[in-house]
Amino acid sequence: MITGKWQLEELLPSPDEIIKTIKAQSHIKTITFDAGALSTWDTGLLIFLAKILAFCLKHNISVDQEGLPGGVRRLLALASKVPERKGARKKIGHVSFLARTGEYAVVFGHSILETLGFIGEIFQSFLRILVGKGQFRGSDLLLYIQECGAQALPIASLISILVGLILAFVGAIQLKMFGAQIYVADLVGIAMVREMGAIMTGIIMAGRTGASYAAQIGTMQVNEEIDALKTLGIPPIDFLVMPRMIALALMMPLLTLYANIMGILGGMIVGVFGLDLSFVQYYNETKGAVKFNDLWIGLFSGFVFGILVATAGCMRGMQCGRSASAVGEATTSAVVTGIVSIVVATAIITVICNILGI
Amino acid sequence: MSIKTGEPHIIVKDLTMAFGDFVLQQGLNFTINKGDIFIIMGGSGCGKSTLLRHLIGLQKPAKGKVLYGNESFWDADRIEQIKILKRVGILYQSGALWSSMTIAENIALPLLLYRNLRKKEIREIVSFKCSLVGLAGFEDYYPSEISGGMKKRAGLARAIALDPEILFFDEPSAGLDPISAYLLDELIRETCDSLGATVVIVTHELASIFAIANNSVFLDAEAKTMIASGDPKELLSDCKNPVVHDFLTRGGTEDYKNQHLNKASDDTTLNH
Repeated sequence: MITGKWQLEELLPSPDEIIKTIKAQSHIKTITFDAGALSTWDTGLLIFLAKILAFCLKHNISVDQEGLPGGVRRLLALASKVPERKGARKKIGHVSFLARTGEYAVVFGHSILETLGFIGEIFQSFLRILVGKGQFRGSDLLLYIQECGAQALPIASLISILVGLILAFVGAIQLKMFGAQIYVADLVGIAMVREMGAIMTGIIMAGRTGASYAAQIGTMQVNEEIDALKTLGIPPIDFLVMPRMIALALMMPLLTLYANIMGILGGMIVGVFGLDLSFVQYYNETKGAVKFNDLWIGLFSGFVFGILVATAGCMRGMQCGRSASAVGEATTSAVVTGIVSIVVATAIITVICNILGI
Repeated sequence: MSIKTGEPHIIVKDLTMAFGDFVLQQGLNFTINKGDIFIIMGGSGCGKSTLLRHLIGLQKPAKGKVLYGNESFWDADRIEQIKILKRVGILYQSGALWSSMTIAENIALPLLLYRNLRKKEIREIVSFKCSLVGLAGFEDYYPSEISGGMKKRAGLARAIALDPEILFFDEPSAGLDPISAYLLDELIRETCDSLGATVVIVTHELASIFAIANNSVFLDAEAKTMIASGDPKELLSDCKNPVVHDFLTRGGTEDYKNQHLNKASDDTTLNH
């Protein structure tokens, strides 16, 4: 007997009890249903019945479904029409710690090989451009230059001025104790020009441009646009990666130079308004402290970071899978790879400069 | 066009498609003749689109050959491969228009690459191709500004930009309403008839299959190989394989079969 409402989220009896009852009475050969008093039903009833049917099938008990509403019977028939495909179910088992470590190692190895391969392709493509066989549109290059150059100026200004201010404040607190406020200019000048200008610009560009490169190219991968380029005989590296890379490599030193000036300006604001230094004093002190070498090292770093950020962004975009979540992963990974490689490159450049004594 | 019908155009020899260790299809052998309208059909997930990717050089076969004329695509060097690809036009499932370019620039890019033409000539060709597919006036729109059906038509215009000998279509009517799908079918048939091109279509749209095809191959996911080939209308009347039969009759509805067989014979009487 099935009576009343049979809907999910109501209190439904458990099929186990029925099964227990059937088991207890081994002489049962047929079961029938009486659903005369059933008012409404949904999946709750179906699951209940499906369990009983499965049990009956297993124990050779015949089932008379006549008493059930037509809709219920048809849905039950539909659910049992296509049997489970053998081997279709995914194996979800415990993977041992060692196996997982091994898998990660293999994946890591592959990713290093892929990275090297990508760098190789970029190099080949660059050679093609040098001999005049590059296949990209000049208008694309100009567009990218505008995107990662002029349009990045507001955010670069804000961040650099603030970094300059922070450096000056931190330095001022210590230097004031010795009455040596003037050396704030040296501190800010050298720190900005030699390291911080390039690093901060690099990180801004990794988050801004690197991410957008990965997302653009990744979406093109999803949209088969890259396939369309390949089947036209255009290497996607030439057409998509090179203009982006050249644009960023050209713009990064310029942005770095701009960030240097903005940072020094930030330090000057603290010096003039907070430490009672005059504008001319601060300017002269900075000019005396910052050497040409510092400037070149900063600009060179900026150039290197530009290449690194563009490579990371474009590489993650090209490796992107064909789904929306893959584009998200590619973007995240582009930013992380970009920032990590900036920090590593800074360390290497610093060590080399130290050895060379500049 | 100097294309004679009946000669082999693309030959697939003992092709095996695999992703790593997972074999998708194996032992594929079929020939696409010049002037054929050839259908690659089969249920979802059987590897139709992957087979297409193998034919157009996007994925390397695990085993076997794809011959264009006498030349094996995957054994040729880069320059020869590009020569083959130049004679091929492809309409992708999503249209795959380059989103950073206008419709006109999309159609113009193949011309700029492979034809030595002046700017004015290219502009004329572009607007002619646009009017062929019913997109006259939309040259300066970006792909994001037009509808799905228009994107496919723009994709078709790009595919026929170089007057190709072979045209590939990946699910041309997927995601289109019945009328747009019918119009696109007509457009495909019209353009291909006029160009005299060989056409290869990946689809599971029965209406399109019976309306335009004269040759086909049927892939099956369970058997992991082709289980039938030939004219779909003949397959419908003669093929004894239950999987093929069910597929072509929408799960065994006889009415459907009769309707199409009658229609097919009507067509032939009309043509003669």
